Formats: sequence, structure tokens, C-alpha cells
Amino acid sequence: MRIALFVTCLADTLFPAVPQATVTLLERLGHEVVFPAAQTCCGQMHVNTGYQGDALAVVRHHVDVFEGCEVVVAPSGSCVGSVRHQHARVARRAGDEALAQRAEAVAARTYELSELLVDVLGVEDVGASFPHRVTYHPTCHSLRMLRVDDKPLRLLRQVRGMELVELPQAESCCGFGGTFALKNADTSTAMLADKMRHVVGTGAEVCTAGDSSCLMHIGGGLSRMQTGVRTLHLAEILAATDDPVAGVAGETVPVGVVR
Amino acid sequence: MTTFLGLPSVGQAPARSSPGVGHLQGSESFPTAARRALGDTQLRSNIGRATTTIRGKRARVVGEVPDWEELREAGRTLKAATMSRLPELLAQLEEQVTAQGGTVHWARDAAEANAIVTALVQATGASEVVKVKSMATQEIGLNEALEAAGIDAWETDLAELIVQLGHDLPSHILVPAIHRNRSEIREIFRREMPGLGTELPPDLTDEPRELAMTARRHLRRTFLRAQVAISGANFAVAETGTLSVVESEGNGRMCLTLPKTLITVMGIEKLVPTWQDLEVFLQLLPRSSTGERMNPYTSMWTGVTPGDGPQEFHLVLLDNGRTAVLADEVGREALHCIRCSACLNVCPVYERTGGHAYGSVYPGPIGAVLSPQLTGMTGDAVNDSLPYASSLCGACYDVCPVKIDIPSILVELRAQHVETAARASRLPTPEAAAMKAAAVAMTSPVRWRLAQRASRLGRLLARGSRTGTAGERRIRSLPPPLSAWTGTRDLPEPPAETFRERWAREGRA
Repeated sequence: MRIALFVTCLADTLFPAVPQATVTLLERLGHEVVFPAAQTCCGQMHVNTGYQGDALAVVRHHVDVFEGCEVVVAPSGSCVGSVRHQHARVARRAGDEALAQRAEAVAARTYELSELLVDVLGVEDVGASFPHRVTYHPTCHSLRMLRVDDKPLRLLRQVRGMELVELPQAESCCGFGGTFALKNADTSTAMLADKMRHVVGTGAEVCTAGDSSCLMHIGGGLSRMQTGVRTLHLAEILAATDDPVAGVAGETVPVGVVR
Repeated sequence: MTTFLGLPSVGQAPARSSPGVGHLQGSESFPTAARRALGDTQLRSNIGRATTTIRGKRARVVGEVPDWEELREAGRTLKAATMSRLPELLAQLEEQVTAQGGTVHWARDAAEANAIVTALVQATGASEVVKVKSMATQEIGLNEALEAAGIDAWETDLAELIVQLGHDLPSHILVPAIHRNRSEIREIFRREMPGLGTELPPDLTDEPRELAMTARRHLRRTFLRAQVAISGANFAVAETGTLSVVESEGNGRMCLTLPKTLITVMGIEKLVPTWQDLEVFLQLLPRSSTGERMNPYTSMWTGVTPGDGPQEFHLVLLDNGRTAVLADEVGREALHCIRCSACLNVCPVYERTGGHAYGSVYPGPIGAVLSPQLTGMTGDAVNDSLPYASSLCGACYDVCPVKIDIPSILVELRAQHVETAARASRLPTPEAAAMKAAAVAMTSPVRWRLAQRASRLGRLLARGSRTGTAGERRIRSLPPPLSAWTGTRDLPEPPAETFRERWAREGRA
């Protein structure tokens, strides 16, 4: 399948290993990945901070860029959530029904990574190997906006050598919430403290999730507290194999070597 | 976005709530109030424990209902249908209540409602009233208004009693004293009750049963004495003129049946068209609020019945900003709320800050969408901060028994706030300027690449505060406004190459 990568602005700029891993994974599964170079951002930050007027132009740009694509994937539940649940609303609020309908058409072909793998490509075992103790945080938007349910866990359970440990109170928000983390930094930090306590309590080496934004938050706290626990995106774990070059079984490589 | 609703006595544009009257707006913004609450370790522990317990109970009993989702949809549809013809239904309710021997009063705002109730109590000659737990009367500050007129108002709901005796404010819709633990409650009783004529055993412990029995003794004398009761209403049935109060203790029923005069203050959004509609809400409400399968005390009354119960009944229909909310195509959904408080109990923000930080009798997610709409947003009012008091995690929407899309309303109110603030000032705020600049960058791939390159300047801003090894460097400190992030969290240093730069470098299409 020819799949268009919607990189997301955050991963493109701060976490390029995540889209890179997405490409590696999809190509390993035999698919063609294209990168529409004009893409920028879904506009969620503008929408959620109250700047719907500014968001309108960003939404229109996104629709222009991805309109011709058959299937679009993003390694983010939140950005796909924005495409699916906000874009048409932003257009309608501005009275642009034509854009709203175009946005709905793009949204219908846009998938979060675990949705694409499980629902569209019908694969749960992606041939990954990751011999580490890992806990999974289901991000709010993948859980409650997209309803990805246990799709990420079904993918993770097939990863060779990995010990997947359950995260207590997993469904609680980590406190990121975009500009919420700045505007209500104290409350955000209180939420993060509980999330970190649960992550550290699992004894996991790695906390994974389907959103770089939430991982930036959780990872930022884990790093500040010198917990020794790292964060990796779901795509990075699913892209990891025993040997990324030769595919030699039994030999492991360091965490997240997919660059 | 205006709708004329033709409410009796409202001629012009719908008004907001009475400024400065009642409890819909606090004195400081949410982040400021939240910061203080977060530092209160006793409060954190009390609320964390209580919300976790109620949350679990609700999840268990909701899980038992096979058609829960259909019930929620029925509740949502009924509320939407009711709101779409509120004026005629209210007129029908007035007609029915009047026909059954009650008197209906229309109150535009809190000040009017307080004046109506005060005059009604004064007309009976009573100097005290007993009260059923009621959000509407808390909203309008009725107790303070009665006190100013020399009338004592006694709260009879156990938690409201604790709040009143503690000279405190409610912090939860259903469990107003959720911020208190049992030893604090014992101290409040010991300090306050003897002065009100209730002697306490010297060895009173903080066992819940002992505390409840003490409150019972205290309240029973009041019930038997009182001539006037004041209640709110959970539902009013337009076709029959029936009012309903849903409670767990039986104290409400004491108030609703013993005194000679009953005055009910009800928000205009509380009505349902038909008697049968109650079947949906009486299934949704107890499971969502207290986690009970069936509500323990559901009182219903229709006007006045000679020789049985109150012989005088007044219904005060309260607007106080509701018509203005109804005129907002997105925000009006907040009026569907049946005050179950499930959204408070699952909210990760409420769980940590408690209710007082919201500054309104309606705290938590529903309060964050209802309070600023009732008071109106001015661009820099205290309540303007409420729509931002959420990470938009969506847990509230999932549990709402009438499917109020709280996250979408929060997002809409943020937009309205930004637009109001922009109209109020000629100069854009630094935030507005930054957002505009970001949008300009994000609508052109060339400008976007330049902006990404500029983000690497973060390394300069973060001078001297970097940590970690090459390729995994983290920034520990940045100037404002990003200092709000780096105060408690590291930030990854922008890598030397973005994804798109690598893609281009590798010559891929």
C-alpha cells in the first residue's frame, strides 16, 4: 500500500526518530511510504488554545496537502484526533462548509499508527524484537477520541523478548494537555507526579505511548527526577529488530536503534 | 448566534447572572487558586481518596447496565428536545403548578430570586427556614440574603450542614464536604453544635455512624420546629406540574413534608416534558452520582394537597444567565446537566485541586463550562480562566450520563474568550502574537522550515542548562513563558536535523 506519512510538527522538529521508525516499520512490512513535503501541522495547538481563526488557515493547508492521498498515517493519537474531530468543526465555525466536507474526506482516510497496522493492514505481529521491561501509557486522545482500545497493546504483546508490565491507573491523563502544561503548570505537574510514580513503580526501563507530546511530558519529568526510566514512542519499539541491518536472530541491539 | 426564547419577563438580549450576587465566580483565577489548593496535603488526600472510591463504585454499577449507552443517548436527546422548546414547556409548567394550587414566580437573576424568597418567608412571619440540599440556592447566595433579612437558614443535608457549621463553601456538587475527613468533621461538630443547643457526648469519636447520629439529633429538633422549607429541584414535569427532589438521606423528605410552607427555587433548565421522561433520568442519575442502583429517597409533589404536606407551595423559576447560555449553539449543551457530578469524580484536575479552586458552586469540568457562561466572559474576568482548567483528556465526556461534550465546549469557550479579549484591546497579547506567527509559519512549507531552524536557537536560550549525552541532550531551564515548562520538566534539545531535512538529504520523494 502507498501510505502518506503525516509526520506531525512536534515529531518532525523534536523527535525525528519517531517518524523515521514509522517509515522503517511500514517499509519492512512491504509498504511504500511517501512524505508530502508541503505538510506542516494539524493546528491543534491553535484550536485548543482558543485561536480558531488562526487555525482555519492551518487546517486548510493540511487539507490541501493531504487531499490527494489514499491513506494517511501519523504516529500520534492526538494529531489524528484533531484531524478527525476538530478540522471540520473549525471550518464550519468559520462558515466554510466546502472546506469542512473536504476535511471530513481527509479525516476518513487518516489513521493513527496502531489503527493503520491493526485495522487497515491487518497485522499484529510486526516482527519486532525489544528485550526490555516496558510499560504502556494509553494517551487520552488515542483512548477517548480515537478509541484505539487495546490495539497498541495487541501490537506490543507480539514483540519478541519484551516484558510488558501493566501501568496502574493507566487511563489517567499525564497532565500534558498542550498549553495546559504552561497555563496550569502546577496542576499539570501534580498530574505528572502521579503518572511518574506509577511508571517508576512498575520497574519498567521504558515507558511507551503513541504520542510524542505526552512522552515529551512524561519523559521530561522522568529525566528531571533522574529516575533512569526512559520514554520511547510505540513506533520506535515496533521498528526495533534483533539486527536492523542483517536481521540476524538472537543478537540484540541497544534500545531504539532504528536511526 | 442569538436565539429569541420568548421567556416571560425577558424583553431584551438575554442577561447574564447578577454580578456580585451569589457564588458563581471566585476572587482569583483558577491557576492561582489551584496552586494554593495543590499545596494542601490534607485536601489532596481527602479528595483523592473520596473521588477514587466514588469513581470505582460508579464504574461497577454502570457496568451492570446492558443498555447504558442507549440510556445516555435517550437522556441526551430528551434534554436537547426540551431545550429546543423551553419557553412553551415553562409556560405549561406554570399553568400546571398554578392549577394544582401552587404559585409560580419568575426570577431574572440571583438578586430577584433572593428578594422573592425573602419576601415569601417574611410573609409567613417565620424567622427561620430549613433547607434541602440545593445547588440553585447556593448559586444565588440565598442563605446570605436571608441572613441579611434576619432569617436563619438551616442546611439539613449532612454534608451541607458540615459545610455550613464549618463556615466553609461547598467543594463538590454532590458531596459538598468532600474536602473534609471524618476527624475534621468531628472537630466542626464539637466546636459548633453546643452553641446551637445540641449537647455532644464528651467521648464523641469520628466513627461515621456516631457522627451521623449526632447530626440526626441536631437536625430532628430543627425539622419539628420549622414552619418554612426551601428546596431546589432535580426535575419538574411540565405536563403535570410535578416537582422532584432526589436525595439519599431522607432529610430532604423531612423538609418537603413537615413544614407548612414550601418554597422551591429551580433553574429553568430543570424541566422535562412528560412524566415518562423521568424513567430515563431516574436510571441515569443515581448510578452516575452516588453509584447506587436506585435512589433511596425520591420525593415528588404536585401543587398542594389539602391535609397532606405543605399547604402553601411556591415555585421560583430562576434564569440567572441560563437564557444567555441557551442562545449559544455550542455552549447550550451545558444546560443538559443533571448535576450528578460524575465528571468531577473522574476529572484529573478536580481530583488534585478540589472544588474551591474553581471559585463557583459548580466546580469541575461542568463548572468550567457552566460558570463562565452564566457570568459571561469579559476578556479578563476571573471566570475567563475556567475553560483552560482542563487538559482536555475527555474523561468527563465519557462518564456524562447525558453525553455533554464538555471538551468541545471548553474549546469553544476558549475561542470565545480569545475573541472577546481581542475585541477588548487594540494590542494583541504576546500569546496572540505568537499564535499568529506560528499560523503564518504553518501555512507555508518554506516559512515552516525556517521556523524549525529557528527552534534550534533554543540551545542558545538554554545556555548552561543542558544535560545528558550527545544526541540526547536535554534542556533544564528556559526563560518565560517556557520557564513554566522547565520549572518541573526537562525539554529535549532540538536535534541537529529534522525529519524532513533528513528525508530531503537522502533524496527521497
